[in-house]
Amino acid sequence: MRKKVMFYPGCTLKGVAKNLEDSTVESARVLGYDFIELPGWTCCGAVYGLAQDSVKFTIANVRNLIKAQNYGKEIGDNRLIAVCSMCYNNLRRAHIDVMKNKDKLKTLDLFMDEEANYEGNINVLHYLQFLKNDVGFENIKTMVKKPLKGLKVAPYYGCLLLRPEEISIDDREDPHILEDLLRLLGAEVVDYPLKNECCGSYHTVDKKEIVGERTYKLVSVAREMGADVIATSCPLCFFNLDKRQEIAKKKHSEFEHMPIVYFTQLMAIAFGLTSQDVLHFDKHYISPEEVLKKWL
Amino acid sequence: MAMKRIGVFICHCGRNIAGTVDVKRVAEEIGKREDVAFSTTYVFMCSQPGQKLIEDSVKKYNLDGVVVANCSPTLHEKTMRNAAARAGLNPYRVEIANIREWAAWPHEDNPDAATRKAIRIINATIEKLKANASLEPIEVPVIRRALVIGGGVAGMQAALDIADSGIETILVEKEATIGGNMFRLSETFPTLDCPQCILTPKMNDVAAHPNIKLYTYSEVEDVEGFMGNFKVKIKKKATFVDWDKCTGCGECLRVCPAHADSEFDLKMAKRTSIYIANEQAVPLKALIDENSCIRLQFEKKVKEGKIKPKKNVKICSKCADVCEPNAIHFQNNEEIVEEEVGAIIVATGYEVMPAEAFPELGGKYPDVITSLQFERLLAPSGPTAGIPRRPSDGKVPESIAFVHCVGSRDPQNGVPYCSRICCMYTIKQAMLVKHAMHDAAVYDFYIDIRSNGKGYEEFYHRAKEEYGVNFIRGKVSKVYKVGDKYRVQGVDTLTGRIVEVDVDMVVLATAAKGSSTVKEIAKKLRIPYDEWGWLKETHLKLKPLETPVGGVFIAGAAQFIKDITDSVSQGSGAAAKVMALLSKPELEKEPLLAKVDPEICAGCGRCKDQCAYDAITIDPVRHVSVVNEALCEGCGACSANCPTTAIQVVNFKKGQVVRAIDVLAEVF
Repeated sequence: MRKKVMFYPGCTLKGVAKNLEDSTVESARVLGYDFIELPGWTCCGAVYGLAQDSVKFTIANVRNLIKAQNYGKEIGDNRLIAVCSMCYNNLRRAHIDVMKNKDKLKTLDLFMDEEANYEGNINVLHYLQFLKNDVGFENIKTMVKKPLKGLKVAPYYGCLLLRPEEISIDDREDPHILEDLLRLLGAEVVDYPLKNECCGSYHTVDKKEIVGERTYKLVSVAREMGADVIATSCPLCFFNLDKRQEIAKKKHSEFEHMPIVYFTQLMAIAFGLTSQDVLHFDKHYISPEEVLKKWL
Repeated sequence: MAMKRIGVFICHCGRNIAGTVDVKRVAEEIGKREDVAFSTTYVFMCSQPGQKLIEDSVKKYNLDGVVVANCSPTLHEKTMRNAAARAGLNPYRVEIANIREWAAWPHEDNPDAATRKAIRIINATIEKLKANASLEPIEVPVIRRALVIGGGVAGMQAALDIADSGIETILVEKEATIGGNMFRLSETFPTLDCPQCILTPKMNDVAAHPNIKLYTYSEVEDVEGFMGNFKVKIKKKATFVDWDKCTGCGECLRVCPAHADSEFDLKMAKRTSIYIANEQAVPLKALIDENSCIRLQFEKKVKEGKIKPKKNVKICSKCADVCEPNAIHFQNNEEIVEEEVGAIIVATGYEVMPAEAFPELGGKYPDVITSLQFERLLAPSGPTAGIPRRPSDGKVPESIAFVHCVGSRDPQNGVPYCSRICCMYTIKQAMLVKHAMHDAAVYDFYIDIRSNGKGYEEFYHRAKEEYGVNFIRGKVSKVYKVGDKYRVQGVDTLTGRIVEVDVDMVVLATAAKGSSTVKEIAKKLRIPYDEWGWLKETHLKLKPLETPVGGVFIAGAAQFIKDITDSVSQGSGAAAKVMALLSKPELEKEPLLAKVDPEICAGCGRCKDQCAYDAITIDPVRHVSVVNEALCEGCGACSANCPTTAIQVVNFKKGQVVRAIDVLAEVF
């Protein structure tokens, strides 16, 4: 019997980041967990997290937390796992915010009079935290069938897993949780000092050239450090670093492409889940197939 | 006898009080009291005419008590008491009613309420005053000797000044030599003096002074007593060498096979297990580091039963074999000595945060070091003879980046304050690099340059104009290793661009904090310190050298990070305070202390448990509490905890305080 745990996919995982969703759910299944999609989940607020009116931002997340509260009681588990960095960041921040500002929670509860009040006991976790603390890294190691021996990976956190400090999943300046996991999978982790640098974020919409420059920098340094591939957990980082290599190449002729993958894809591969129904390499602009073919 | 002829003087404090409180109305209201013989107002009671007004009125109206309604008693209580005393009134019959901080300032928006509150405060003060006793100061005998803790430049200056005045001074230093951090420096800003040249005369003076007793490699173990009468226990740490015999010839260093990181060179070099702190150490004596000595480690393991020694095994004794005066005995010669002193100066200095605390700025790499470590590489007497070399491979760097404000002005990663000296020493280091290697590329990343001292700004301009140092205004966000180089990623806020330079070495100007040993010492002395390890002065502006504990003073960087000029000035300043204190055979002390009524006291000891100054003992024969007047600070903790009012602070007796509270607590 696999253990049931609530899973919050978020919008991107249902579209362009299908590769992230399937590799997450399938890798969790190998580890003995059924990730159940939170019934009736709604938007995490995405960029509204940056908006002035924080009540408006918080409301979407608190509604999700209330849904988790209801469903969590049904399955007897209060953990809500997110893997998209943005979703994790928003849900966790909203939870901390309303726990600190009880007046705000009251306002929100009054506004959502059709819902139960939020009791504050949902434990929002990023998949990495869940893997480390709940599953236990040592248990993951036993499930590795194809160690990624010889694969040189640059771990990339971006900003949303580390800032603000109160939601950080690790040391905000020098994190290593992703490195620790990748090493368990047998991969060789390169020292990647830009692992918490900005990818350019939503500038990708209206100032593509900025993101092109960021991508150039982030990918070139990963290359300089000897990496074959960059691993991330954020769909926005993934999109920017993957798709915007096009601009980087146009501007810098010496630029060499590098595939970008989700850490969950590497985990799936190491667990022997190499089907394209899980990996969806068609979602990649720069295909990782060549780099990973040894293990596919 | 309750007072009947009280004078009340209401101060305008310019417009500070009179701008809000209707002082005329206050004087009239108070004047109606039967026990008040005279009440008036004056524009500045603290001025000479104001004091004269008190003197004249005491005589004219034959006053038996005085209330001055003005500012906080911490400012002018003494002034007013002295004025009354000049007119023949016992100074303890003068009380201050604080109507500025308590009435005028907080109620600027409501003058009527402020006025009524002022009247109430004065009435309460009169009620308290009426039962005041006439008191005489207490006299305490003084030991004419001083203790200075810390043998850096501030402590040495203090010790020399006190000793020159003929007072015997004890100087305790935890390291094996005096000289402190200043002796580690290469050259000093803004004059580029070499500290080895300007400090060694002082160090030798300290060692040779007939009035200075020097304890190096020693720590203060315990402090008892009070102002004028301290008993201090000093631990002389084990050196395993007889310093009376050791001549400092250094033969033992040449043969010692074991090594450890050099304390003096801050891990930039190794030293032998038996070592002399540095070539110019004062005193020039050898000592053995127990943790790295082959023989002492062996003996320790044998003692703990971890090793069984074989018969006839020859254990290393190379140092002792070559020691001509037979000074090396390998015996643990730790010793506790006791000294009695009348005053203490704490000059324990500072430390800098380690580079390792900043992994994002490359602190985890060997060639990314702190500025203080870099001083050793720049010092002609240092391990690289003044030409900096990379710790990792000994290569002379062709390019160096300096980063200011590492941990300073950064509450999340370090400390909130500016570490004050980093701008200037970094500029100096940049210059010295250019002296040593003319073609080196030098980058200096700063937030803003703080050059607020005599000759400092001119020094900064020299670095820019004559030396061609590249100053880049902006913070560094990352330092990482690429091949053989270190890439410094920062921002130039003047051009608004991201800047990246690849350099051979990076020097971090890490934040300064109080010495790591200061908290232990402060606890022993009962003086306060802050979360960063800086000792707290009594008043930041007006009493920067004093502490709340009488007879204990602070000097130099122990109070807060400061440059050499300021440290020396404070050393001399604290010395002057000590000399003034020890100039009299007896000390006068405020008599506002706890007093026990032995008729009532049951000897329960609750007061003794509450006393923070260890001033109370229980007389075993009469079984009552006894107050040591020299130790008592008059805080009143004992009185508040006494179940029978047997112990009370003079002029703060229960009846007095309660009557004053009754007035204050009436319905407004």
